[in-house]
Amino acid sequence: MNKLELMKTANEVRKGIITAVHSAKCGHPGGSLSAADIYTYLFFEEMNVDPADPKKADRDRFVLSKGHTAPGYYSTLANRGFFPVEDLTTLRKTGSYLQGHPDMKHIPGVDMSSGSLGQGISAAVGMAISAKISGDSYRVYTLLGDGEIQEGQVWEASMLAAHRKLDNLVVIVDNNNLQIDGPITEVNSPYPIDKKFEAFNFHVINIDGHDFDAIDAAFKEARETKGQPTAIIAKTIKGKDVSFMENQAAWHGAAPNDEQYAVAMADLEKVGEALCQK
Amino acid sequence: MSEVKKIATRESYGNALAELGKEHEDVIVLDADLAAATKTGVFKKAFPERHIDCGIAECNMISVAAGIATTGKVPFASSFAMFAAGRAFEQVRNSIGYPKLNVKIGATHAGISVGEDGATHQCNEDIALMRTIPGMVVINPADDVEAKAAVKAAYEHVGPVYLRFGRLAVPVINDNEDYKFEIGKAVTLREGTDVTIIATGLPVSEALGAAEKLAADGISAEVINIHTIKPLDEEAVIKAAAKTGKIVTVEEHSIIGGLGSAVCDVVAQKAPAKVLKIGINDVYGESGPAKELVKKYGLDADSIYEKVKAFV
Repeated sequence: MNKLELMKTANEVRKGIITAVHSAKCGHPGGSLSAADIYTYLFFEEMNVDPADPKKADRDRFVLSKGHTAPGYYSTLANRGFFPVEDLTTLRKTGSYLQGHPDMKHIPGVDMSSGSLGQGISAAVGMAISAKISGDSYRVYTLLGDGEIQEGQVWEASMLAAHRKLDNLVVIVDNNNLQIDGPITEVNSPYPIDKKFEAFNFHVINIDGHDFDAIDAAFKEARETKGQPTAIIAKTIKGKDVSFMENQAAWHGAAPNDEQYAVAMADLEKVGEALCQK
Repeated sequence: MSEVKKIATRESYGNALAELGKEHEDVIVLDADLAAATKTGVFKKAFPERHIDCGIAECNMISVAAGIATTGKVPFASSFAMFAAGRAFEQVRNSIGYPKLNVKIGATHAGISVGEDGATHQCNEDIALMRTIPGMVVINPADDVEAKAAVKAAYEHVGPVYLRFGRLAVPVINDNEDYKFEIGKAVTLREGTDVTIIATGLPVSEALGAAEKLAADGISAEVINIHTIKPLDEEAVIKAAAKTGKIVTVEEHSIIGGLGSAVCDVVAQKAPAKVLKIGINDVYGESGPAKELVKKYGLDADSIYEKVKAFV
């Protein structure tokens, strides 16, 4: 996919997020929107996955460590063809396979159940270790929130990942600077994030998480990095592309009402139309 | 009387893993800096490339094991019961239990028989914690033979299994040719008609000693070994309740939430009978030689005998 196609796809992913969360009347749009470009790049460009064979043995693995941004994950998987986009409106509803947090038992394309923060990165480390043991070539990706790295387990996992030289592992931090209680700098600052991962012996790349050129370059650099895991610190905007959600902690875990839904979709249509002019 | 062979079930765990490792390439063993104590060192020596020492980070180890299981290998995550079931409870629940991953948890140093390390390391709550997790199999073997068989059965079972082992060497009581281990199947070790003693783990051999003493007093005690606490052999409990009408449970675990509670759940709902629960009475342990603690906390043959006699 070229850059424009990726941008258009990310725009569709964002529409799916808003539609899903609006339908559910709850959920986590802010961090889903901030990570939409990363999700899109991973599933449409970077990872070896096959919607027709979601469990194929040599597939690259993805673990959504910040499991609450499932709407972004699901919208990406749906747009990639793992399940119907129409099913996004069943999010969080009784009987739906689209659980509030990722459920590997029932959702095609989900490699690990997650949601309790800090645990997903450890599972990703386990997958990467397993690949090293049996000489498998698949790569493992895990997406974390910047608030999530307050969890001590993240650093237990990071220490082990670097110790075992897991160069088949890429940790991405969605650095949108906001958590439920407010700015991460006010709650319990994890900064400097890059220096922390460097100190844990990661190869660290700082990027603008909405710039597909930068995202592309970072994942290519990660592939070329040998003998240590890579951490990509992606600076992002929480609520990206929805005017009233951008940089608002209140939209971490709240759903738009019908009126807000219309505004949000109009915002995203506008972004989409601008892309079509390009 | 000939000398009874004694082996700690943690030793059995390590030895069984080494054997399993020979037969199955997909066996992976994880430790959190306690390989020497959990006795997985034997496996580590034989298969260093399949042994992952996670360092002192049990929560991470449990979730790493979950990740390994998603790729089709069979991880045995090892630590002390206190840390595997206690500290990492939520990881076991959410990373292993909820996705029903094929992880085996080898929890050694369970109960007060940890001895001198004292209360911080004596986990009397793990069975209670683990049996509340949907789909978790909970096994508490009584001796070397049973422990080794349990490790093999756990490997063959697809799904999460919690295996509980002890630090103290315990008598080998199942060393006979017709011994058969089946997950969820109780083993009747002694027939009796007046009272049924249902025991698990370390106190099983003590319960046999108590039954012997009771017999001398003319009390016929049936002794049932329940190695699998979940799924519980309900049929065996119901049968015992109907047969003797008096059940005594014995476990090296809190009387809250362990074998005694599991048995009471069945008895109260399906076969009303009088039950006496023997175990750790809602208190913390303390430092001391393991054998002295077993006696002090009422889990030795003499203490069991006294309590059963008064109960009958």
